[in-house]
Amino acid sequence: MRRLVSGHTTEFTLLAVMVLLCIGLSFGTDRFFTISNAFDVLNVSAVNIIFAVGLLVVLISGGIDISFAVAASVVQYVAVLALAALGGGNWAEGFIIAGVVGIGLGLINAFLVYRLQIISIVATISTFNIFFGLLMFFTKGVSIYNLPDWLSNRVVFYEHEMADGSWVELTLPVVVMVLCCIATSFMISRTTTGRKLYAFGDNPEGARRFGINIGAMHYISFGWMGLMAGIAGLMQAHYAQEVVPNALYGRELDVLAATVLGGARLGGGKGSVLGCVLGVLLVSITQNGLNLMGVSPFAFKMIVGAIILAAITLSSARFDKLLPDALKSSARKGSQRS
Amino acid sequence: MSGAHPLLSLKDIKVTFGGVRALKGVSFEVNPGEVHCLAGENGCGKSTLIKVITGVYKPEEGAEFLFDGKPIAAMTPTLAQSLGIQVIWQDLALFGEMSVAENIGFQLAVNGKYGLIDKRAIDAAAEKALARLGVNLDIHQPLKDLPIAQRQIVAIARALVGEARLVFMDEPTASLTQSETDYLIEIVRNLSASGVAVVFVSHRLAEVLEISDRMTVLRDGSLVGVYPVEGMTQSRVTELMTGRNFDNAVIATDHDDAPVVLSVRNLTRHGEFSDVSFDLKRGETLGITGLLGAGRTELALTLFGMRAAHSGEILLEGKAVSFGSNRDAIRAGIAYLSEDRLSLGLNQPQSIADNLVMASLDRILSGGLISPSRKAKVVSRWISELGVKIGTPDDPIRTLSGGNQQRVAIAKWLAISPKILILDAPTVGVDVGARAGIFEIVRKLAAEGLSIIVISDEAPEVYFNTDRVIHMAEGRFQAVYDPRQISLTELESAVYA
Repeated sequence: MRRLVSGHTTEFTLLAVMVLLCIGLSFGTDRFFTISNAFDVLNVSAVNIIFAVGLLVVLISGGIDISFAVAASVVQYVAVLALAALGGGNWAEGFIIAGVVGIGLGLINAFLVYRLQIISIVATISTFNIFFGLLMFFTKGVSIYNLPDWLSNRVVFYEHEMADGSWVELTLPVVVMVLCCIATSFMISRTTTGRKLYAFGDNPEGARRFGINIGAMHYISFGWMGLMAGIAGLMQAHYAQEVVPNALYGRELDVLAATVLGGARLGGGKGSVLGCVLGVLLVSITQNGLNLMGVSPFAFKMIVGAIILAAITLSSARFDKLLPDALKSSARKGSQRS
Repeated sequence: MSGAHPLLSLKDIKVTFGGVRALKGVSFEVNPGEVHCLAGENGCGKSTLIKVITGVYKPEEGAEFLFDGKPIAAMTPTLAQSLGIQVIWQDLALFGEMSVAENIGFQLAVNGKYGLIDKRAIDAAAEKALARLGVNLDIHQPLKDLPIAQRQIVAIARALVGEARLVFMDEPTASLTQSETDYLIEIVRNLSASGVAVVFVSHRLAEVLEISDRMTVLRDGSLVGVYPVEGMTQSRVTELMTGRNFDNAVIATDHDDAPVVLSVRNLTRHGEFSDVSFDLKRGETLGITGLLGAGRTELALTLFGMRAAHSGEILLEGKAVSFGSNRDAIRAGIAYLSEDRLSLGLNQPQSIADNLVMASLDRILSGGLISPSRKAKVVSRWISELGVKIGTPDDPIRTLSGGNQQRVAIAKWLAISPKILILDAPTVGVDVGARAGIFEIVRKLAAEGLSIIVISDEAPEVYFNTDRVIHMAEGRFQAVYDPRQISLTELESAVYA
């Protein structure tokens, strides 16, 4: 158990912050601490968690992606138009089209980063602008409201009316989110490919010396991100029951912050699915709680920013740095020279 | 074991890069289970030879390559691995975020059946490899938490998982303290006792002599010879490596009549050093030696104003000074050459010229801006005065050899016209031949009246190149020696005891 805790300090810190936050919120408002509200939070967070586990794979392999949220918007448009051309389509076709288009957009990023040797933040800021620019140009900013029925009708796997009259619902985005988490977790921690991704992100030169195919690492990580972005795009269209070109614009930074909050390292080589989920949930719970407490929505961003700062400081702070010089000198000397 | 024939036998290895012969017909032999040293200065062809053996480079026609008595027609990296030839590079190529077990069993993880990882098999392989080395390590702790010496052990254990029979270790002790080096040497002994041959590539001669059975010396791409290590002395090895004879003689002289430039009284910084007192005279060279962790660098950083003393006094030309930062120290005429040239001392991607004027920017200003003509004047003056061998001053500094880089680093400080120059480990990563050149500069500067402190963990270096030697241990001055009144052996036994 001690090893479990010490190996996952970030996750445990986040969990602790989350528990404290929940306790605080349940005193602040009586609507917060209910099962139906917990399911609400899950339903609202599902799309961001799918994005986050995709981004996690890119971060583990030492890259970064800024373009995935607008890529998901592109996927929504292309998928809805293609499905209309196919005469309506169904869920299977929807997933296939969204997945394939998403992977295609991800591979464009991989090509830029690997073949043209552009550092990933610059490459994906460029594709972020290109994807969004093309989308706005071709759609002229027009939204699509008449989605096929199968896509816009809510799919509920489980529902139950509580004693107080509120509903507990387990919807399709949550189920898909759980599947994406399981798949990503299996890929990164159980397969040789996952191990190579961690190794490549941790020490690219070391990975190269082991004969790891560096090109494949780029295509796999950005391809996986693209697949998750495609699925997330489809789920968001389903959840919102419409396709709006700038609906996801700006999500990339929220997801990136939540993923890093969950322990993924920007330099590569570190991060877990559990951390991602906790990172996204912490932000969602904060927003949900503020909402229920009747705080002005204009103050949300500010408070969410402060919570992220507090959580990241707690999980990464070296507390000895805060001690006065005289007290820490012997401890530090020990750690340098040992 | 196949005692009758050597494990590895190479004959007439020639390699040419773009018209330059890197290896001019070298032979090399390693016996099963022996510890062999491959010695030579930078650029002598050591790394090229390792890369031929591991299949990275192909030798020219006419080479003979036998492993375990069988001829190898074309070596490739994959074949080398399957034969059990492993290289532990100087940078180790480990993965910091992974656990010890994941690092040791990395090859198993990458080659997992059906593309899946068998964590239990990896843990078991890691435990087994560590047990074979006689080491006890928690295999689940992250590698980044381990000190560098234990990371070396992990790298060695990883080589063992690959069924190693021949392990090359490239400069394995470059960043280790004395006790860590001793520990590593013991591990290498265990390894060779279990039948694995180890080839040590090192410039640190003392440990080479301690650990090896035989040594092969290369110079300028040619074989100088193969020698038994028994009876070999450091100066003989240096002579073989450089082809020159460095007659080491004590240079200490008296400076009784010279004025005191720096006076340190009872200087203390808790946990680092305590009660340090000494005088440094004009034109004097003072040596401070002791093991890593003795507090030498901490003392130097305090004199240089980067750390504050908790008690005691620093007097500069008789006046008490108190430095708020190293900017004050530099203004007062104290220069400090960092022990870590690569990451702290020089800005590697920048040009030679930019590095050289880094500390003296305020002296090359004209109307508040950097004057290119003044800068060029400073640069050409110091490059010729210190004899730095360069292409053009605009080349990146990383294109220079260690010895030439160190000359530029010294020039950077001389350009501020210091009164006191502190050299911290000035010969780390510098070839034996180039070391002598650095100390020639030190001698010349001292003759011109500069007061110099040389800090080194190699006792011979301070013994032969300074006027007085202070032995420091556990943060305190243990004794002051006059090199004219003590033998090197006496000094070494005091320091390394």
